[in-house]
Amino acid sequence: MIEIIDLKKNFGPKQVLKDVNLNIEDGKITCILGGSGSGKSTLIKCLVRLIEASGGKILVDGKDVTKINSEVKLAAIRRHFGYLFQDGALFDSMTVGENVAFGLKYLTDVPPADYPKVVKEKLALVGLKDVEHLNPSELSGGMRKRVSLARVLAVNPKCILYDEPTTGLDPIMSDIISELILDLKHKLGVTSVVITHDMNSAFKIADKIAFLHEGRILMEGTPEEFRRTDNPYVKQFVSGSSHGPIQMKIMKD
Amino acid sequence: MFKLIGKKIDSLLMQTGGAAEMIRSVLFWLGRSRFEWKQTVEQSVSIGVNSCGVTALTSLFTGMVLALQAGNTIGNIFGEPIFVGTIVSFSLIRELGPVLTGVVVSGRAGAAVTAHIGTMAVTEQLDALYTLGTNPTRYLVIPRLFAFLITMPVLTVFSNVFGVIGGYLVAAYALGVPGEVYFNDITTFMGVKDFMHGFIKSFIFAFMIATVCCYKGISTRGGAEGVGKATTGAVVTTIVLILVLDYFLTAILTAFGI
Repeated sequence: MIEIIDLKKNFGPKQVLKDVNLNIEDGKITCILGGSGSGKSTLIKCLVRLIEASGGKILVDGKDVTKINSEVKLAAIRRHFGYLFQDGALFDSMTVGENVAFGLKYLTDVPPADYPKVVKEKLALVGLKDVEHLNPSELSGGMRKRVSLARVLAVNPKCILYDEPTTGLDPIMSDIISELILDLKHKLGVTSVVITHDMNSAFKIADKIAFLHEGRILMEGTPEEFRRTDNPYVKQFVSGSSHGPIQMKIMKD
Repeated sequence: MFKLIGKKIDSLLMQTGGAAEMIRSVLFWLGRSRFEWKQTVEQSVSIGVNSCGVTALTSLFTGMVLALQAGNTIGNIFGEPIFVGTIVSFSLIRELGPVLTGVVVSGRAGAAVTAHIGTMAVTEQLDALYTLGTNPTRYLVIPRLFAFLITMPVLTVFSNVFGVIGGYLVAAYALGVPGEVYFNDITTFMGVKDFMHGFIKSFIFAFMIATVCCYKGISTRGGAEGVGKATTGAVVTTIVLILVLDYFLTAILTAFGI
């Protein structure tokens, strides 16, 4: 269980997160919705301390991540998480196989002789075969995301953080990625936090949706509750309309 | 005007603090994590191979021009070109060897290190290192620091050898100094401490180049333009620091009788 309590993050004078409160339940998929620049990526980067929070608490199984000062203890906390970066963040000086095997050396006891077997297995899990020898520059957007996901899965994390997993992909590939996220929940029972602004994907995969707007969680609920809500901000976002309170606010700025 | 100077000083202090923090992190992780041998060897080979051709060429011609200038000047004063070997070897081994090698290494290998780490920074690859059980200090900085510390002194010796050969070619074939006299001038007046003088400098330059170039890479922000700026900044900073440090190191080492 991850509890986010009154989380704040400032970049200089700009307050990106203002008292965010959210509970992420084990084994469930929590989608965090929000427009560009709403602080979604900042929020999940705070979870693994890639960005330092300015205030508040993040409790992972009861331990406050924001209070850890030791680099060794921090590395131990990060082991619980897998992070799927928006553009994959594959190491471009390595092949696909080396990328997928990378975390095995640091986070697992798998002997190096077994790396090829694990790589094959994890690539198969994301629907890829015989791509180990390719360089990341030779992959399409969807393949990059899937290889990146295989790299995350190789180290068996308890919780996977997905940073806009379907952004930049065609609708079919987006659906394949959404299916994969669902599949991993059912097969491996991992906790998933998905940052997205893709409504189709969110409605398909989420057990719970949280809507982040101007640094605050404006609404939390099931996909069904989001479909039926009267909240004008959420309604506008869900329908993808340019008319509504969100744009009015932008125009005022 | 004052605001601009203040901003520059503030930025300089921030960067110095950031680099110092990186060194603290290096010291912290050195004893606590497995050493990245593969990375260190790869980087040493890359830095050495990248830089040895240009180092040889610059040193050869520097040795040649030193011999030519020394021979002509001394020839004009004393009537014959004496002590050419001494002047060439002293200048090279104590000063120009480490300085020229430092400039070449920072321009070739240092720039490559900043560009590589900088590109990783702007494409979230550094963040990925944290999430995969390591960090940029352990995986990138420590191997590169050791690679620079290993290769710079070797390249400096290489540079000295080529410089002395360049000096010999001019002394023997343009100035008419017999080879035996040229090399005798070197061995008679040069001691181990002169060699140590240049050697210590090359170590300190290596440490400085690795620190500046890695830090500039890690702190890169702002896409492709940011990588370009960081790389240029790293090369300019290291070359200026080599020349400034060289003066102070000469003063300090001489004061200690080295």
